[in-house]
Amino acid sequence: MPDKISKDSVGLVTPETIKFEEPLELACGRTLVNYELVIETYGELNDDKSNAILVCHALSGHHHAAGYHSPADWKPGWWDNHIGPGKSIDTNQFFVVCPNNLGGCHGSTGPSSINPETGRVWGVDFPPLRARDWVKSQAKLADKLSIDKWAAVIGGSLGGMQAMRWALEFPDRIKHAIVIASAMKLSAQNIAFNEMARNAIKSDPDFQNGDFIEKNSQPRNGLALARMIGHVTYLSNEQMGSKFGRTLSAGSFQQGQYNPVEFEVESYLRHQGDAFSGSFDANTYLLMTRVLDYFDLAREYNNDAVKAFGVAQCDFLIVSFLSDWRFSSERSEEIVRALIDAKKNVSYAAIQSNLGHDAFLLKNEHYEKILTSYMNRIFNNDKKTQKISSTPEKIS
Amino acid sequence: MSMRTDLEIIKNWISPNSRILDLACGDGELLKDLKLQKKIEGYGLEIDLNKITEAITNNINVISTNLDSGLSQFSDKSFDTVIMTEALQAMKNPDLVLDEMLRVGKNCIVTFPNFGYWRARLSLAFYGRMPVTKKLDYQWYNTPNIHFCTVSDFEILCAEKNIHIKSKKFAAENLPDRLLKSLLPNLFSDTAIYLLSK
Repeated sequence: MPDKISKDSVGLVTPETIKFEEPLELACGRTLVNYELVIETYGELNDDKSNAILVCHALSGHHHAAGYHSPADWKPGWWDNHIGPGKSIDTNQFFVVCPNNLGGCHGSTGPSSINPETGRVWGVDFPPLRARDWVKSQAKLADKLSIDKWAAVIGGSLGGMQAMRWALEFPDRIKHAIVIASAMKLSAQNIAFNEMARNAIKSDPDFQNGDFIEKNSQPRNGLALARMIGHVTYLSNEQMGSKFGRTLSAGSFQQGQYNPVEFEVESYLRHQGDAFSGSFDANTYLLMTRVLDYFDLAREYNNDAVKAFGVAQCDFLIVSFLSDWRFSSERSEEIVRALIDAKKNVSYAAIQSNLGHDAFLLKNEHYEKILTSYMNRIFNNDKKTQKISSTPEKIS
Repeated sequence: MSMRTDLEIIKNWISPNSRILDLACGDGELLKDLKLQKKIEGYGLEIDLNKITEAITNNINVISTNLDSGLSQFSDKSFDTVIMTEALQAMKNPDLVLDEMLRVGKNCIVTFPNFGYWRARLSLAFYGRMPVTKKLDYQWYNTPNIHFCTVSDFEILCAEKNIHIKSKKFAAENLPDRLLKSLLPNLFSDTAIYLLSK
């Protein structure tokens, strides 16, 4: 943690584990008899519980979205740029809830948990999940927190898919959906990247057909390679050019000498892969990439996105980044088009950025302004409706 | 801030509860007013992220759009009225934008600065300089307004494209012009406002 916690940080935070003893029926037809979700919350829930925001994480995310777990942490939660007092998602105004999704590997029930029926680690036997299962479990979480209706459900990438699914599955429990750098379904190219990552994991002998925890091994090489493949697709060519170019981190090309070279981009990717493979579960990675691949917003609506969004009652903010080629602006514009045809309230901002898909996690002046103005609108409109609804009480 | 005259005229052409698309909507001022006064359901298109931010603050549905790439994201006749105020002259292909507006909207409202206005003519004729007006305070090299036209030019384009002019109004800022503008609109109006259909 930095020496001094800045004023716009939520500071030290402690995750909480919520236990669910009732069974959860999954889209695949199987049932989890019980499960746990580990969550973090920031800010205070107001008296009428109208200021709750659900933040849905993306592929490799988790519940730790903002602040620090201990003074020894050298970096804050994954969305700390945008959550905190005075930040876009202002914790002085909102009560922010961020769960680790089911199937995750940061404390919520997932492939590395114990299967209560066998007493062994789930591993690859953990039921395959769909975004709708996450949404369902998040709705159960809302029940536990006595939140009837989210002021907003917000997510980037795979998180955006959950926000859209929320709008369709629980239309009366969400007022706004904020969908950032996302898509209504992945393209074949996008699925192909995920399949390469999965193959990298499965071809590591230490993967042990998914039984690596029971067999006391870790498919670290496979997981690192999977992360490297993914990571490259989250960056833009321009950004990699300016960040690394062809700079060498070791060796030289001087003729007459043998001095093996390594490009900086190679060391960087290796570092990214190593760091990730030490902290992430390989089966969770397989599960999460499949949730991404399987997601198809309009599948159950006759493949008609307008019909699908017709079910929604909330307002939408859609955001994309112009250098993002993994979830390109065109994908976001498809969402916008369907929402307009479905006669929904929607605003859309295509943000200039050279940071690729990762831009949704990072600081960007326009991105922050757009998000802030939309969040303020949510906050101010809610105050207005509160005023209207509180008038009769005054009379009585 | 006082409402622009052209916006006042536009409001009278909008039916209550209709579906409106406002091209180059800026901070959403017009849509905000129409929402309030006519209960319209509307979307604004804008390219400038600062203006998009303001429009969001104004509670307007605003969509990032580069109008020069057309309106392909909108279906045929999906809006009652498509509006573009004072932006036609900044388009790369104003004629194609007009086609797109008439495809997407049942009606279209277009306003533009009239370069046939006597002050513009005076500037060019007597001083030999490109006109710089209070409203359009740019030099020739830095103006975003790259396709100026006069009232006559615009009507010739409409005739060539078989665009039906349902109504037209002319605005002028100065009192003598206001009295003369209906007589000779191309000479005495600084802003032209058209209601079109196809």
